[in-house]
Amino acid sequence: MSEQKKHRVLIGKPGLDGHDRGAKFIARALRDAGFEVIYTGIRRTPEEIAAAAVQEDVSAVGLSSLSGAHMSLFPAVVQALNEKGAGDIPVLGGGIIPDEDKGPLKEAGINEVFTPGTPVEKIIDYFRTACETQEGRRNL
Amino acid sequence: MISEQILKGLRDRDPRGIARAISLVEENDPLADEILASIDDGLVEEAMVLGITGPPGAGKSTLTDRIISGYRSQEKRVGVIAIDPSSPISGGAILGDRIRMMGHALDQDVVVRSMATRGRLGGLCAAAGAAVRILAGSGCSVIIIETVGVGQSEMDIIRLADITALVLAPGLGDDIQAMKAGLLEVADIIVVNKADCSGADTLAMDMESIVREGRDKEKILTQVRKTVASEGKGIDELLNTIECVNTSHRESGERRVRRQKAYDLEVLDWAIEILKPSILEKIYKSDFQRKGDPRQLAAKLLEKDS
Repeated sequence: MSEQKKHRVLIGKPGLDGHDRGAKFIARALRDAGFEVIYTGIRRTPEEIAAAAVQEDVSAVGLSSLSGAHMSLFPAVVQALNEKGAGDIPVLGGGIIPDEDKGPLKEAGINEVFTPGTPVEKIIDYFRTACETQEGRRNL
Repeated sequence: MISEQILKGLRDRDPRGIARAISLVEENDPLADEILASIDDGLVEEAMVLGITGPPGAGKSTLTDRIISGYRSQEKRVGVIAIDPSSPISGGAILGDRIRMMGHALDQDVVVRSMATRGRLGGLCAAAGAAVRILAGSGCSVIIIETVGVGQSEMDIIRLADITALVLAPGLGDDIQAMKAGLLEVADIIVVNKADCSGADTLAMDMESIVREGRDKEKILTQVRKTVASEGKGIDELLNTIECVNTSHRESGERRVRRQKAYDLEVLDWAIEILKPSILEKIYKSDFQRKGDPRQLAAKLLEKDS
């Protein structure tokens, strides 16, 4: 019912890491770029994040991790989405992530990984492209 | 093909099917008709729609979370439509009501859907009304609409509810003043939340006296209840009150009157929604002179249409 299609995304923090400054920064930046951002807060399980992503019908999921647990938690979200028949929803990740982890994360189904220093415009563009691709695919 | 998938998902109460259906109707997709037509009107008729409104920070989402728990212990399937404002500048929104309800994230019988106001010229009622239908059609017997009670579109939204609870908290005095002319009149129940904070008793007494002063003998008296949502205190009493008001409204016919009003409002909202694209197109047509008195121009525009 809007004049143009709104992109809906979910920003969440899986695991026990309580450092949400990055996640909130990205949520605000996306809001200011016209996205509707469902923010699920800190300390969520991968299953909770996946369930919320399905109920909210988001076009992309963004995960943040600063605690070092990304190698288990990010793929766990992808898997939880798969189990709910929503493996088509793209998952993007960001945070304190060593370069050598990027490849394995992508192999595990993470669409893209952003590390400190990535310009926010680049992240927003990536979200926009991911959403457009997903929305196009979904409406086939 | 895709509509078949969604309709089947809706029938099977598949979370993704329900979610897609709400999105498509919210976007006024051509499939919206088919989706809405597939819904069992009997389920919509039977479901109880509870409006929860109040100023930011009063504890609406936390209270909603506890109310969900209460209905879940009665084995009722619960739907929630949580409405947050869109930015008038960017059009974006942060929808954060869900954070307080994440404890129910893995419960298949709690369906939470966040919705942004999208600064719509109308349309919000149509979208939320349709979401209510879809949730009811997917088996939710209680549907909660949570919204900040400021602004006309949100006031309209709350009229979709069978019963409205206005949530207040001590220390938010200015908001209460601002709402005196509006929400107090539509509230069936006034919830004084954060009742463990100082000022709560005074607030509850003030509300009691306002309610008694404005008493309408034809209607059931607005009830005032105290809660501490963060600790789950007062929730059972509140649920009992909701049940009493609901029964009373059913018996007196008030429920039917409200449903009819809500229905009319939804029809009007859909009519505007359906007309809007063609009107916008005419306004921006190159040979259309966008000058002079706007009201006359609008009338001329619609004349041509008929």
